[in-house]
Amino acid sequence: MNFDLTDEQLMLQDTVGQAMLNECPVTHLRTIFDGDSGHDGALWKTLSGLGVVGLAVPEEYGGAGLEILDLAVTAETLGYHAAPGPFLGHALAALAIAEGGSPEQKEKWLPGLASGDRIGTVALAEPGGHWQPDQWQLPTGDTLTGKKEFVPFGEIADLIVVGATGGQLAVVEKDAPGISLALVDGADLTRRFQEVTFASTPCEWLDQGAPAERVRDVGRVLLAADAFGGSQRLLEMCVEYAKTREQFGVTIGHFQALKHQLASMALDVEPNRGLYWFAAYAQDHARDEAERIAAIARAHIADRFMQVARDAVEAHGGIGFTWECDVQIWFKRAMFDRAFMGTPAEDRERSLQLAGL
Amino acid sequence: MDLNYGSEMEGFRDEVKAFIQGNWPLSGEEADLPMDKQAATFRERAIAHGYLYRNIPQRYGGSEQEPDVLKAQIIREEFGRKWAPQEARGIGTMMLVPTLLERGEEWQKDKFVRPTITGEVAWCQGYSEPGSGSDLASLKTRGELQGDEWVINGQKIWTSGAHLADYMFCLVRTEPDASKHAGISYLLIDMKQPGIEVRPLRMMTGSADFNEVFLDDARTPADWIVGKRGEGWLVSRTTLKHERNSIGAAQQTRAGLKGLVDLAKKSEVAGRPALEDSAIRQRLAEIEGYVKAHQYSGYRQLTKDAKGEEAGLIAMMMKLFSTEIGHKSSALSLDLLGEEGLLSAGNAELGVQAKDSQGWIARYMYTLGIAVAGGTANIQRNVIGERGLGLPRDAAANRSSSK
Repeated sequence: MNFDLTDEQLMLQDTVGQAMLNECPVTHLRTIFDGDSGHDGALWKTLSGLGVVGLAVPEEYGGAGLEILDLAVTAETLGYHAAPGPFLGHALAALAIAEGGSPEQKEKWLPGLASGDRIGTVALAEPGGHWQPDQWQLPTGDTLTGKKEFVPFGEIADLIVVGATGGQLAVVEKDAPGISLALVDGADLTRRFQEVTFASTPCEWLDQGAPAERVRDVGRVLLAADAFGGSQRLLEMCVEYAKTREQFGVTIGHFQALKHQLASMALDVEPNRGLYWFAAYAQDHARDEAERIAAIARAHIADRFMQVARDAVEAHGGIGFTWECDVQIWFKRAMFDRAFMGTPAEDRERSLQLAGL
Repeated sequence: MDLNYGSEMEGFRDEVKAFIQGNWPLSGEEADLPMDKQAATFRERAIAHGYLYRNIPQRYGGSEQEPDVLKAQIIREEFGRKWAPQEARGIGTMMLVPTLLERGEEWQKDKFVRPTITGEVAWCQGYSEPGSGSDLASLKTRGELQGDEWVINGQKIWTSGAHLADYMFCLVRTEPDASKHAGISYLLIDMKQPGIEVRPLRMMTGSADFNEVFLDDARTPADWIVGKRGEGWLVSRTTLKHERNSIGAAQQTRAGLKGLVDLAKKSEVAGRPALEDSAIRQRLAEIEGYVKAHQYSGYRQLTKDAKGEEAGLIAMMMKLFSTEIGHKSSALSLDLLGEEGLLSAGNAELGVQAKDSQGWIARYMYTLGIAVAGGTANIQRNVIGERGLGLPRDAAANRSSSK
């Protein structure tokens, strides 16, 4: 029994964290946040150089061949730093191809994704909040015609993994004909969306295994990990503020009301570390529990993150409600983690059904 | 990360299983003994095999094993699976015995440890006083050495089991001129004497498990003191590096959730089965999120304990986290009870699973008892804020004043 991260995993988090501190300190993060694309090519290159963007891609295709837990601990660190850019969609696209692609398809796409030279994303949602594979209605055929919503970084992606009827997944290349993109006015400016419309767009199907379910479950795990990291950061920001901001002649951390609020926030953060760890671990080592625990973890931790974000605004007082205060960046990150891939309520309903209730 | 215990530990688990298979339940004539005798008989055999009281030396009745949190956990799991008697959970075993082992005189260990762990003698804890709750070190019960006896006067409160106890371990102010914390001694007192009066305190559930204890010239021998005069505060904070049951509480919240699901299966909301009600379903699933977080936090602690490392923030949170889960579960249980939420707690005993509606009402109330006992939720928040998050200490909590 060893329910802890390995030294390698801790080192991975440390390396990614250092890179974020060096290349994307909050001052720089704010320029990306307020900028046009929400993407920073130089940061992506650094993360690619560290092997982060191809972490779970098999080694024979140029990746690190690591497990979902490794991917998740990385997502925690990126969430802690509110890393802008296409990590989530990219990781899921690579996973879909690694799981569902033929040898030729893997050979064609995975090395570029593993090195970060090409960026991938996923097109999951359909109108009406239909995120789940069994809800997709995009017709299957030689080409794709129809609309997908909330595609992360659809504009900069070189390839899009698209969900279709029956939980099928197709790959569409960026320059394929018939693709039109429309920017969505999303809240989280570290992870931008496009709405993507296909009109007789050529595609290739990933017809090995059941990659859509895997993408859904790992997606939930990565959102949970991101949410844990983000909530941890907000807690630290609030504690720091409580130790420096003075009112009535003392730092406000002296006041028991605030101290108790921060303790309650900590209670919304720290116990979730083991929960996301196990949800990630289960994806490779407890496959019969994998879907259920991923749903429970995402619903729970994303909801806690959102609550912590609301508390963080309150704990900062007036400044907390401004664009200038960094809390808003993580607040919107929480909105993303909570609503991307469906609502916590849907996750919870599903978790009960999977338990036979 | 590896959630398997490993082949050595699984081998140990097989040994434990085989032991239980051969020894519990008792068979033949022994099966007709009264239940407490059966438990005592079984415990004796389990101790001989090294399965119970592992951190207690053999000369005091324990099995004196090398500390090993994983083995301890496996024993709890396997004994629990077959409802075999485990270590007696009384306050004497849990609090006094570790304290004596660490700080007691040889004769004190000889006299008290064995009968305490076998359950021959029962203890109560004389800490809280009417004016000294969260600020325990302000306690006023006085002890004066007269000849070869301490003479003790004062009052203790919330004393669980005082009406059944043979002895009390008690914090008493013996050095009135010393500063607040340095004036306290840790005394052992015989409860069966004229100077002690125990009055039951009726709890909100209706039953009376705890008491007020009035000490009016109560007496105890001069050497029934653990540690030196004025060291009582320190002695009461003694914690042994024993096999902490870090995941026991999480197992209880899991069992609590299972009970809640069973209650939901039997209940109706607005004339329909409760489990078909989407609001009820959401609340059940939300509670499971907390329960799972609790469970894996317990695993984290178990791993840290096994490595001999400090678990840090999470260890400070477990009590408050249990409390919060208790609040949520209780609220849902009351909604599931519907009109039976009008009933009293009856004489229902507290158990992990409530047997009937009144049992659920009792649980509904007892979860608040847990929130208050052993440090209120607000005190826990202070601890998390100050020791966990490093926030400044409350100015009001002046720790050097003797008032």
